[in-house]
Amino acid sequence: MSRPTKITAAAAVAAFALALAGCGGDGGGGGAITADGSSTVGPFTTKAAEDFRRESEGTEVTVGISGTGGGFERFCIGETDISNASRAIDEEEIAICEENGVEYLELQVVLDALTNVVNVENDWATCLTTDQLNAIWEPGSRIESWSQVDPSFPDVPLRLFGPGTDSGTFDYFTDAINGEEGASRTDYSPSEDDNVIVQGVSGERGGLGYFGFSYFEENQSRLEALAVDGGSGCVAPGVETAQDGSYTPLSRPLFIYVSLGSLEENESLEAFVRFTLENAQTIAEAAQYVPMSQEQLDEQLQKLEDALS
Amino acid sequence: MLAAMVVAFGTLAVLLVDTIVTGWPELDRQLFTDPPSTVPEEAGARPAILATLYLGLIVLLLSVPIGVLTAVYLEEYANRERWWNRVIEVSIQNLAAVPSIVYGILGLAFIVRGIGIGRVVLAGALILTLVVLPTVIVASREAIRSVPDSIRQGAFALGATKWQVVWRQVLPAAIPGMATGSILALSRAVGETAPLIMVGAIVYVAFDPTLFGAYTALPVQIYNWTKQPDPTFQTLAAAGAIVLLAIVLAMNAVAIVLRNRYRRRW
Amino acid sequence: MASTDVVARSALALPRKRIRWGEKLVQGLLFLAAAVSVLTTVGIVISLLLPAVEFFGEVSPLDFLTGTTWAPLFEPAHFGVVPLVVGTFMISLWSALVAFPLGVGVAIYLSEYAPPRVAATLKPVLEILAAIPTVVLGYFALTFVTPLLRDVGLDVEIFNALAASLVLGVMLIPTVASLSEDAMAAVPRDLRDGGYALGADKLQVSTRIVVPAAISGIIAAFVLAFSRAVGETMIVLIAAGQLPQITFDPRETIETMTAFIGATGNGDVPTGSIEYKTIFAVGLTLFLITLVLNLISIRLVRRFREVYE
Repeated sequence: MSRPTKITAAAAVAAFALALAGCGGDGGGGGAITADGSSTVGPFTTKAAEDFRRESEGTEVTVGISGTGGGFERFCIGETDISNASRAIDEEEIAICEENGVEYLELQVVLDALTNVVNVENDWATCLTTDQLNAIWEPGSRIESWSQVDPSFPDVPLRLFGPGTDSGTFDYFTDAINGEEGASRTDYSPSEDDNVIVQGVSGERGGLGYFGFSYFEENQSRLEALAVDGGSGCVAPGVETAQDGSYTPLSRPLFIYVSLGSLEENESLEAFVRFTLENAQTIAEAAQYVPMSQEQLDEQLQKLEDALS
Repeated sequence: MLAAMVVAFGTLAVLLVDTIVTGWPELDRQLFTDPPSTVPEEAGARPAILATLYLGLIVLLLSVPIGVLTAVYLEEYANRERWWNRVIEVSIQNLAAVPSIVYGILGLAFIVRGIGIGRVVLAGALILTLVVLPTVIVASREAIRSVPDSIRQGAFALGATKWQVVWRQVLPAAIPGMATGSILALSRAVGETAPLIMVGAIVYVAFDPTLFGAYTALPVQIYNWTKQPDPTFQTLAAAGAIVLLAIVLAMNAVAIVLRNRYRRRW
Repeated sequence: MASTDVVARSALALPRKRIRWGEKLVQGLLFLAAAVSVLTTVGIVISLLLPAVEFFGEVSPLDFLTGTTWAPLFEPAHFGVVPLVVGTFMISLWSALVAFPLGVGVAIYLSEYAPPRVAATLKPVLEILAAIPTVVLGYFALTFVTPLLRDVGLDVEIFNALAASLVLGVMLIPTVASLSEDAMAAVPRDLRDGGYALGADKLQVSTRIVVPAAISGIIAAFVLAFSRAVGETMIVLIAAGQLPQITFDPRETIETMTAFIGATGNGDVPTGSIEYKTIFAVGLTLFLITLVLNLISIRLVRRFREVYE
């Protein structure tokens, strides 16, 4: 290459680099909001972030899905502004937050009906009792086939998929079904990413998995939801049964934890949280979650106001 | 033998055709202009594409000087008997064999947490640089080695210093080989996913990347999309794959053309 | 003689070469550049070793190396790495078995059969196969190869080792082919000519003379392919699954060391927890295995290069 060509090429490269550096907008700078945590709550926060972005002219929100546990770990050392959680913060995590001087506000933003899903070709199981679920998922369980769950079921291999241990969904489910948080058989395909569970169950005739209701709603053509008998008959997961609590024991609130320190420093964070609460019902419906009632949301808004004053 | 060729090329063809056919519907302007979204109809890969190009640029700017200088050192200056030079040689050989995900672990421990710059573009670029550095070094060494000694001796005879010989005679002659090797290494960096996952190329990023900002790269974006069961996202993943393939294949084509046009016969 | 003395002494009295500081500076700079590689190696070793040592303070190395259940995050936790290692080796073996005959076949074709122009055009195309990003290959394995295997009648699970191995094997064909080709090119013409002189045809010369003569190089190619497969992450992460189990049936779901690191590391790694440390313990194991394989393949390559040079 001749010298003039080389110089032109170098200049072009430099110009491109400068342009990229320049047109980054407010990306990593002030006003940016970092959220991480539950993969169940993640899509909700992401939808809120998208809508907020349109309204607020480009405040940037990044949302990670490291799992409820993973989210808290980052939150309690001050790395994130918001922690998405599908269960309440536990004692150990509270201790870490205190150690690091991270104060927070706990807000419920949306409800969930933890759903057990099976393959569309599964025409034998429509409802399971909590005892049956317990037998399937308890630590050391040796159930390998559907016929072992109920003798009337065919002898189809049971293929289990579920969240990993960093997931609040995992914590909640194991607590509700097996009686102790974290107690579960270990020979299933775990994933922090609920989409992988959808893929797994929809690809295996004998598949069984569990995750938040929104993932079922979004994939209704690919999966069937099981009704759960918590002692008073089979109840199918749904918006009403979650709101009125009849879908037990697997209906639960979903949380966001907001760092008070970040609220003080970052105006856009306050705006975002307020926006999320005020529009929680529309966001929930758009993202296919179970919305909270207006009263419940007003309570949360009040909590926010109290914290800010 | 022919069967083997058929399998190899047949698979390549099937892969390309399948990807293109699947991804074609979503290969539109939106892919390049819009950020990702939970609504697949509105999703694009703009931040990811920009970040990938940006990462590639930084990797190029870092890996080429370090790699070329290392190669020059080893070929022209280093005394093979000295133990420290043997250590360097062994290091490079081992690094070339280390799985890229281990570089991700290294990056997490030292660059993201250690130096503490966090999950930013620069961190990703630094790690990718380390991943491709051994390749750049090896390619540059080959290029330097293929320059005949007579060129060097002639320059020395005319009174040049060692550095003058290298800078004015050896390197210019070796540039085509080094350029080819660097571009091939770069195309690999652009396609790497594992190390970036380890250092937090985040799920949802809607803004254009800056040096110290959060980011997601195209391979990571594709990976995230492949996990979404919604078929529109699968199509998007394929569309993203088309873009990525186009970038990588373009780089490879440039490298091959360079190699053929500038191959010197001594 | 006096005159020669004078000449000799004046020769010895020539001023010493002036130290050129520019040269010294350059040399220093170059050494620094080279040191980057050493620093990287040291960095990798340290970053793996320190947390791994902490890990082995909590988990006995014996349990780690011989335990057959890998469930690090459950209650009760199991830290046996054997399933992950078996998963890795299974994938690597199957991929190498795919890549090896195909790669050698391609090499034989290109070096013994193809006319030079055809070979010259085909070789870059082969390189393209090696350049395809692994995430694309993983996606291809999951969405195209797995359904194809099912259509053909093989009862594979949605995440299975076979699809991943097939795709990985094809990806490694260029590596095996290139190294085999070098090995076969190093076989002197005389051997071939001797075969032809005795009336052998091309096939016989290729398979009975050239290949055996190049055997150590070809074995080196196999080992290299195997070691590359050991280090591969994305293809297995997407297509082979995350269920650590000891099985030799490639139709089943498994988890490799790399997939575990990739799935767990996911950007969130909470420092200090046992989860963080498992990444390093497994990473260290992986690193050592690839190191040993690399040493073996270097030795083999050196041996075949020596035989004919």
